[in-house]
Amino acid sequence: MIRYLSTRLWHSAITLALASVVIFIGIRQLPGDPAIAMAGEEASPEQLDAIRSKLGLDQPLPVQYFSFIGRLLQGDLGKSTRTGTPVTDLLAGTLPVTLWLAAYAIVVAVVAGVLLGVVAERYRGRWPEWISNGFALIGLSVPSFWLGLLAILYLAVNLGWFPASGYVDVGTNPVRGLYYLTLPALILGTGLAAVILRQTRASMIETMSTDYVRTARAKGLGGGRILFRYGLRNSLIVVVTIVGLQLGGLISGAVVTERIFALPGFGKLTLDSVFTRDYPVIQAVVLVITVGYILINLAVDILYSVINPRIRVGSN
Amino acid sequence: MQQDARNEGKTLLSVRDLEVSYGGTPVLDKVSFDLKQGERVAIVGQSGSGKSTVVGAILGLLSGAGRITHGSILLNGEDLAEASQEELRGIRGKKIGLVPQDPMSNLNPSMKVGAQIADALASNGMRGRAAIKQRAVELMTEAGIPDAERRYNQYPHEFSGGMRQRVLIAISLAGEPDLLIADEPTSALDVTVQRQILNHLQTLVDARGTSLLFVTHDLGLAGDRTDRIIVMAEGRIVESGTPWEVLLNPQEDYTRRLVAAAPSASLSADPASDPPAPERDRPAPVLSVRNLAKEFKLRGQRGRRIQAVDDVSFDVHGGTTTAVVGESGSGKSTVARIILGLETPTSGSALIKGESIATSNPQTRRALRRIAQPVFQDPYGSLDPTFSIERLIDEPLRIFNVGTRDSRRERVAELLDQVALPRTVAQRRPHELSGGQRQRVAIARALALEPELLILDEAVSALDVLVQEQILTLLEDLQDRLGLTYLFITHDLAVVRQIAHNVVVMKTGKVVETGSVDQVFLAPSADYTKELLGAIPGAAFAS
Repeated sequence: MIRYLSTRLWHSAITLALASVVIFIGIRQLPGDPAIAMAGEEASPEQLDAIRSKLGLDQPLPVQYFSFIGRLLQGDLGKSTRTGTPVTDLLAGTLPVTLWLAAYAIVVAVVAGVLLGVVAERYRGRWPEWISNGFALIGLSVPSFWLGLLAILYLAVNLGWFPASGYVDVGTNPVRGLYYLTLPALILGTGLAAVILRQTRASMIETMSTDYVRTARAKGLGGGRILFRYGLRNSLIVVVTIVGLQLGGLISGAVVTERIFALPGFGKLTLDSVFTRDYPVIQAVVLVITVGYILINLAVDILYSVINPRIRVGSN
Repeated sequence: MQQDARNEGKTLLSVRDLEVSYGGTPVLDKVSFDLKQGERVAIVGQSGSGKSTVVGAILGLLSGAGRITHGSILLNGEDLAEASQEELRGIRGKKIGLVPQDPMSNLNPSMKVGAQIADALASNGMRGRAAIKQRAVELMTEAGIPDAERRYNQYPHEFSGGMRQRVLIAISLAGEPDLLIADEPTSALDVTVQRQILNHLQTLVDARGTSLLFVTHDLGLAGDRTDRIIVMAEGRIVESGTPWEVLLNPQEDYTRRLVAAAPSASLSADPASDPPAPERDRPAPVLSVRNLAKEFKLRGQRGRRIQAVDDVSFDVHGGTTTAVVGESGSGKSTVARIILGLETPTSGSALIKGESIATSNPQTRRALRRIAQPVFQDPYGSLDPTFSIERLIDEPLRIFNVGTRDSRRERVAELLDQVALPRTVAQRRPHELSGGQRQRVAIARALALEPELLILDEAVSALDVLVQEQILTLLEDLQDRLGLTYLFITHDLAVVRQIAHNVVVMKTGKVVETGSVDQVFLAPSADYTKELLGAIPGAAFAS
C-alpha cells in the first residue's frame, strides 16, 4: 500500500509540474493585456511599459516562468495586479467558502444519490422507482442556475426557509454556517446526485442478479444484510469511479452556484480575475483547481482500493 | 447393501407434479420425484433440460420471472411451493444447503472468506463472535482447506477455484442441513481437483447422513456418485433408476443417446470407431514443436517469472490428430498461441511445414496463417455478434483477397454444407444460433482458406455432450474428406480417446508423457497420466 501510494504521489507531482507549464503559457496566450486592464484604455505607452516592467512582463517567458516557480516554492504566489493584495490572502479568504460548499454538496449528493439509487433498485417497476427516476431526470436535465433561481424564489423568498444569499464562516459558527450553505449545496449537489443515483441503480441491478447474491440468499441471509453487504458494497466500486470522474465538474458548478447565491468564494474570485486579466490570480486559481483535480483523483484511487480488495493486493 | 439401507429411510423431499413457467412459457412439465433420508440422487440433463430450474424452485430462488404454477414440493411434509419468502428464509441454509456451480462467481469478491462463512452461521442463529469464528475455521478445515485459521482472513481472489469450491461447501454445511443440493459443483474444475472435492463432499455427507441432490450434465459422474439417477430433457423426467439401470440398460431413446454420447461413460471405445492407426512411412510432419519454452514475467513482482512452457517437443503428422492434454495452468493453451504466432517463444521453435510464424518474414507469415487456422473454446465470444454468419465465414477470404464477391458467396454456401448447416443460416446472426451451431460456424470459418492444420483450443469443452458428440463426428468426417491435421487442445481425457491418434500430456509447462492413444490410455507410464485417467468419472460403467 505504501509503495502504491508513493508511486501515485510521484505521478501526481509530475502531472502538477507539467500542468504548471501549460497554465503559465496558456494564460499568456489569452487575448487582452493586464497593463491595459490596470491602467485603463487611455494610458500612454510609457505608462504601460512602466507597469509591464514592474510586473516583470517584459522579461522572456522562461525567465518569467522560473521566477514564478521559484516564488511558488517559497509559498509566494505574487500580488493581485488589480488590488495589490497578496494572492495567498485572496485564496485564504475564498477557498474555505468553496471547500465547505463542495464538501457539503458531495455529502448531499452521495447520501441522496445512493439512497435513491438503492430505493430504485429495490422497488423496480413501482412508484418509488418512478419518483427516483423523475428526480434523476430533473437533476440531469435542468441547469443548476435555473434550479437555483427557483429555489431562491420558492424556498427562500416565498417560504422563507433558507436565506437567499449571504455567508457565515462555518469554522466560527458551524450551525449558522451550514444553514446558510444548505440551499447552495443542494443546488450544487443535485446534478451529481442524479449521476450517482443512476449509476447506483444500474450497478445494483447488476450486482443483485449475480451468483454470489443468490448464494447469499441460499445461505438464509436476511434481505437487509444482502442488500448492503453483498449488493451495495460491490456496486459502490463502480459508483466511486464515476463519482471521481464527476467531482471535477463540481468546481465549475461552484462558480455558477456562488454567483447565484452571492457567496464570496473561489468561483467568484476566478471569474473576477479572468475578467481583469489578473495574471497572478488566474495562475494561482488554475493551479489550485489543478491540485484539486489531482488530489480528488488520488483520493478516488485510494478509496477504490479500499472498497475493492482485488486492487489492493494486486498493487502490493 | 448400503443402497438398500438408504432406500428404507423415510422420505425427506417429495416433489409432485411440479410445473414452473417463465413469463407464461412453461419450462417444467409435471416433474415428480422423491428423495429419502440419506439418499443420494442425481438429476442429469443437458443445458435447458430444466434441472437447474428444479433447484431454483426447491429453494424458492427462481430467477427473474420464474413462477411455480402447479404442484408441490414437500420437505418433511412442509410445502415449499406455498411457503412465503420469510418462511423460505428459515429453510434455506438450515434445512437445505446449496453448493452452487461456479466457484469463481459465487463468493462475494469484496468480503473476506471467513466472514462469508460466519454470515451463514449467524443467519442460522449462532451467536458470539469468537464462537462463530471458531466454528467457521472448523468448517473450513473439514472442507479440506489447509491453514484455515490464516485463510479465514483472505479474500476469494486469493483462493484457487478448487479452494473456493471448498469454501462454498463449508458455507453449505454451516447450517447442518438435512438436504444438500449440489448444482454442477465441479463442472468448472479440473478432473483431479473434481475428484478430490467430490470425495471430500461425499465423506462429509455420509458422516452426517445428509441427503444429496446432485445436479449434473455428466452421466458418468452421476453414476459414480449417487444411488439413483433421474434423467431430464425439455423440462420432463425422461427416465430414472439406479446407475446400473440407467447407464447399462437405458430404456428411453434419449437416455440411450446420452449414454452413447457421454465420452466418460463409454471409455472402452469400440475398435470400429477407433481412429485409424497412423502409417509409419510418411513425409515430414506438418507441425514440429522443438524445445519450446515460454517465460512470463509476473507483473508487480520484481524479477519473478513463471515458466509457462518448458522444453516442449512433439510432431504432428499430416492427416492425424494430436491431442495436448493438461489441466488449467499446464501451458497447453500457451503452446497453441505460440504455434499460431499470437505469442513469441522465449526459446525453441514451433515449425509449420518447416517454418515458424514467429520468426519468418511477413509474407511467409501470411502464408503460414493460411495453413494453420484456430477454433477457440467459446462459440459465443469468438464470433462478432454484429456480423451475419455469411460475413463471419467470408471474412478470412476477404482478408486474403480470395476470389470475387460471387465466388466467395458460393464458397460460404459450400462451407456451410461441409459443416452440415443449412444454407439459410448465412443471413442470420450468431445470437440466433445454438452453441453447437455457432461452433460449426467457427469451424466453417477456419476451413474457409483451405488450411491444412486446425488448432482446436478446447473447441468442444463448452458444449453439451450430445452436441459435443456431433461436433467430434463432424471433425472426424472433415479429416477423412479433406485430409486435415488437428492439434486438439483439451483438458478432457475422455474426448481425447474419441478423436485423437496421438496424445501429449502436459503438466506445469512440461511434457509428462507422449504416445499413441492406446499406449497412453492402456499403459500409461507417468504417474500424473494415471492420476488423470483415474479421475475420469464413470469408469466403473465403461466395461
